[in-house]
Amino acid sequence: MSQEGVRVKSFTATEDKGSFLQGVKDCIPTLLGYLSIGFAAGVLEKTAGMSIMEIILLSVLLYAGSAQFIAAGMIAVGSSATAIIITIFFVNLRHILLSAALSPYFRQLTMFKNMLIGSLLTDETFGVAINEAAKRKQIHEKWMHGLNLTAYLNWIVANIAGAYLGQWISDPEKFGLDFALPAMFIGLLILAMVSRKKVKLDVIVAICAVFITVGVALIFPGNVGVIVATVVASTIGMVIDKWK
Amino acid sequence: MEVRWDVFLIIIGSALVTFLPRVLPLMVLSRMELPEWGIRWLNYVPISVMAALVGQELLLQDGQFSLMNNIELLAAIPTVLVAMKTKSLLGTVVAGMVSIMVLRYFL
Repeated sequence: MSQEGVRVKSFTATEDKGSFLQGVKDCIPTLLGYLSIGFAAGVLEKTAGMSIMEIILLSVLLYAGSAQFIAAGMIAVGSSATAIIITIFFVNLRHILLSAALSPYFRQLTMFKNMLIGSLLTDETFGVAINEAAKRKQIHEKWMHGLNLTAYLNWIVANIAGAYLGQWISDPEKFGLDFALPAMFIGLLILAMVSRKKVKLDVIVAICAVFITVGVALIFPGNVGVIVATVVASTIGMVIDKWK
Repeated sequence: MEVRWDVFLIIIGSALVTFLPRVLPLMVLSRMELPEWGIRWLNYVPISVMAALVGQELLLQDGQFSLMNNIELLAAIPTVLVAMKTKSLLGTVVAGMVSIMVLRYFL
C-alpha cells in the first residue's frame, strides 16, 4: 500500500472517530447509570407530589441528577423556592470546573456553539469527554453533541418512566424512598473524596461543613446552614491547601 | 398534567442557576482564565456542600440536633461502607434504602 493510501485511510478513521454516531456509541457505557438514577429521580419526584408535566419540565430544563433529587426532597417538605434554588446553585457550582476543563478543546468554536455544548454538560459526559481528549488530544464538536444528546434523551425518558411507576406508590417511606436523598448525598460525598488524592484535607473540610451546618441551623432555622457551611468550609479548604 | 406556578418558578430558577456555571466557562475562558485561588476554592465546593447536606439530613430533625434514637444515622453506616466499597452511586442509593427498610422493620 502506498504512503498516500495509508494517509487517506487514517484520515477517514479519525473522521469516523469524531462523528456524531461515534459520540452516541461512546455514551453507551454510561447509559445504565442515567437510566437507573433517572428512574429513581422520577419515582421520587412523583412521590413528592409533582405532576408528570412538571417532571418533564424539570428533566428538560434542569437536567441534573442530584439537583432533581434535592428539588423533589425539598418540595416534598415544603421548602421555600429561594432555599431550593440557592441550594441547587451550590450543588451545581461544580460544573464551573468541568466546563473550564473542557474549554481549551473548543476554542475554535463560536460562543454560541460553546453554549450549546456546555448546556448539556454533566459529570458523566464530562468523564467520557475528558477521556476522549486524553486519548486523541482533541474533541470533535459533532462527537460531543452525539454524546450529550444521547445522555440527555435517556435521562428524560428515565424520569418519565420513573414518574409513571411512582404513581402507584402511595407510601414512599415503606420502600425507604425518603432515604434515597441522604443516601445520594453520602454517595456523592464519598465518590468525590475517593476520586481525588487529598483525603485528609477533604475529611477536615467535610467535618467543618457538618459542624457549621448544625451550628447555624440551631440558631437560624431553614437551609441557611448549608449555604454558610459551603462557603466557609470551602474557604477553609482553600486556605489550608495554599499553606501546605 | 397541570404545572403549578410555584413549582414552575422553582424549575426555572434552578435551571438558570445550573445553566450559567455550565456554559459561562466554555463561553468566556477561551478569552481569559480563572484565578488560581478561585479554582482552588471551587475544588472544595463539592466536598463541603455534600457534607453540609449530609449533616443536615442526618443530624437535624425538625431543626433540632439529634444523635440518640436516630435511625437515619444508623442507616448511614452501611451506606457509607457500600459507597467506599462499590464506588457506585446507584449501589449506594439502593444500599441506603435497603438499610433504612431493614432497620425500620427491626427497631
